[in-house]
Amino acid sequence: MNVSVQFRKNDNTLQGFVEGELDTYTAPMLREELDSIQLFEGMSIELDLSNVRYMDSTGLGVFVAFYKKVMKQKANLKLVALSSRLARLFEITGLSELMEIESVKKV
Amino acid sequence: MNKLKAQYKRILSDYIQSQNESNLYIGQNFIKQLIQKNLTPEDVIDIHKQAIEEIYNDLPESMLHAYDFLIEVMVHFGLMFKEHQSLLIKQEEIRIEMDVAAKIQNLLLETTIPNPKDLDIGMVSVPIRKLNGDYVHFMHNQNYFSVAVTDVVGKGVPAALCMSMVKYGLDTLEYARSNPSYVLEVLNNIIEKSVDDSMFVSLFYGRFDLENNIFTWSSAGHEPALYYNSTEQTFYDLETKGLLLGILQEVKYNQHDIKLNDNDFLILMTDGVTDFREMEEFDSRGYIKDLALSISHLTAQEMCEVIYEKLQELLNFNIEDDFTIVVIKK
Repeated sequence: MNVSVQFRKNDNTLQGFVEGELDTYTAPMLREELDSIQLFEGMSIELDLSNVRYMDSTGLGVFVAFYKKVMKQKANLKLVALSSRLARLFEITGLSELMEIESVKKV
Repeated sequence: MNKLKAQYKRILSDYIQSQNESNLYIGQNFIKQLIQKNLTPEDVIDIHKQAIEEIYNDLPESMLHAYDFLIEVMVHFGLMFKEHQSLLIKQEEIRIEMDVAAKIQNLLLETTIPNPKDLDIGMVSVPIRKLNGDYVHFMHNQNYFSVAVTDVVGKGVPAALCMSMVKYGLDTLEYARSNPSYVLEVLNNIIEKSVDDSMFVSLFYGRFDLENNIFTWSSAGHEPALYYNSTEQTFYDLETKGLLLGILQEVKYNQHDIKLNDNDFLILMTDGVTDFREMEEFDSRGYIKDLALSISHLTAQEMCEVIYEKLQELLNFNIEDDFTIVVIKK
């Protein structure tokens, strides 16, 4: 099992498309990918999670650690296109109150 | 060394002349002497090469190169072999330490289910690995009964260390009468200061006032508990948006009151009970509600056991996370 992130740069926004399943084994890979981002003040990062098929609390931990790192650098982080399953995880943990999170738009 | 070489040459020549068991036996016994002199396998090949060279004067040059090659290969083989052996030893040491850690954790985190007046309490907590990332803490005095159900993110040793911290935090707040929101605020500050950025704890804390039958609860990012109101014949999710413990300092938590009447019950659990990787569309909470209702005539302990068994069957005995469920019946 694997997880990958494809980055795309757009003016001041860095978009990252995360794909795969996030668990105890793959979380360190994601962590490494996110740690490779050169953060600077005022920068915006948008992580698209539409292709994250599964995530457990270790995956959540990676996003929390990254969020804290981004905040320290006075940059912005937004998680977008979360499935309802993922969104629920952020909701019950209270993280949706803290972090900027957008679920998949329901048509 | 020369003596050894001469001896080896003689043993080898004997064997070449007559390949019988006794000559072979002499060769095998000769190993003892080689080991005493601290010779490595590649040294032995070198001795063998020299002996062959002396026995056969007309040995082709290419054969000698082949021996040199074998000697070099064996040097490397020896190094790798030592490394492999030392890794195996280390692995064994770690395994022993893990066993010790698991025993200590079991002792430290041993939970005895209290038996307060008018309440029936049951619990099942099964770790997925040796060390449990879930923990249930009960406190009980004359007026109050309180319960904490916790789940540390991550598994194995780091989670276990963090769990011990939570346990001691709860023990220091020993007064069962403490407000749930206060308990969470104190624990949050302890954990936030001491744990790394990607580690956190979810915790559901409830306190039952034995005299007035009021259950006061608060939650820090924990799987919502289920509350069954028997008068209304309805389940309620005990859900707040309280943040996980250990993420930010000085977080405030809300607490809520429920009046428990006879035949009401509560189901407290960790996400191992509801989050099934392979069953994306499965409404696990709905399933647990229906099941719990159908077995609500059983004791709290029996209810926990039946729910565990049924979920195990449903998942083909392949539960992937620490599994903890507590049932409290009025």
